[in-house]
Amino acid sequence: MLAAGHDVSVLDDDPLSHERLDAGQATSWEDAGGQFTVGTAIEVEALQEAGIEQADVFIAATHGDNTNLLIAQIAQKGFEVPNVIVRVMDPGRAAWYAEQGLRTVCPTQKAIEMFDEAIKEIV
Amino acid sequence: MYAVVAGGGKVGWNLARELIAKGHEVTLLESDRDRYLTIEQELEHAVQYGDATELWVLERAGIQRADLVIAVTGDDEDNVLICQVAKEKYLCERIIARVNNPRNREWFALLNIQPVVSATDLILRLIEHEVPSYGLVHLLDLRDEQLEIIEVEVLEGAPAAGRTVAEVSLPDGALIISVLRDGGGFVPKGDTLINAGDEVLVVLDPGLEDAITAQFAPPAARR
Repeated sequence: MLAAGHDVSVLDDDPLSHERLDAGQATSWEDAGGQFTVGTAIEVEALQEAGIEQADVFIAATHGDNTNLLIAQIAQKGFEVPNVIVRVMDPGRAAWYAEQGLRTVCPTQKAIEMFDEAIKEIV
Repeated sequence: MYAVVAGGGKVGWNLARELIAKGHEVTLLESDRDRYLTIEQELEHAVQYGDATELWVLERAGIQRADLVIAVTGDDEDNVLICQVAKEKYLCERIIARVNNPRNREWFALLNIQPVVSATDLILRLIEHEVPSYGLVHLLDLRDEQLEIIEVEVLEGAPAAGRTVAEVSLPDGALIISVLRDGGGFVPKGDTLINAGDEVLVVLDPGLEDAITAQFAPPAARR
């Protein structure tokens, strides 16, 4: 997203994630214009420090479905971020929350579909 | 009544046990296999193994016919989401959520998850109650109804000390509903005399606390 010219702010509770962003890149994340905040996404101060109040898009993609679903709704209803995208690994809840108006991305569902395609090509 | 309890920690297990003892039907959900096996030795079929944030686990527990869903896991995100799907997907009318970290209380409110129970807040209330110098104790918050009940001690030299209930100048939206004196309590009338050393219970609209404490503390002791 940074390469595509957007302003990107990453919030992560693990400082190591920051190093991962720099790995293999010619310039550091900050030099490339990125922002990085170490913090927990269900804490108001962390969200504000990361700049949620100015955000046009909020992406909830931690490794926990429950955390993602909660912070996505905090962004949507608490901070009124106009576009919220949330990763949900559990297909059942991804479908239900999508019906409730959250834009969900379900990698599990996508993988099932890809396997399904692959199998169709074989048999 | 049929209750689904999510989370088999100390709170959830004891809660399930109490509800069963009172004659209610209970399903306790626990996601840790070892913990589940321990609980199962006592509660038998009343406990099920599974992650209560997953829809199929809730459905297997019969959430559709539950009269009450109680989310008491150690994880606030889980508690919010369990109650949210219980209420909005399965139309369960009564939910109770545990707040582990009081700082998360606002997220429960944001998503309309109530009532909530917070052990930290309860302990704080108890401390306030046990430490009389604190002055004012919140006994009950009825947020929906926009009412609070507070307990306040009448200090020596306070404007209210030595006056009748009718003479105490309380703001509109506040009412003295009980006087605690000599270890007992009673409902006062307009001509009941309030003495220094009494404790009074006042029902009020939120936000009137300062105006009320001013009547029960001498000017120098006001905080």
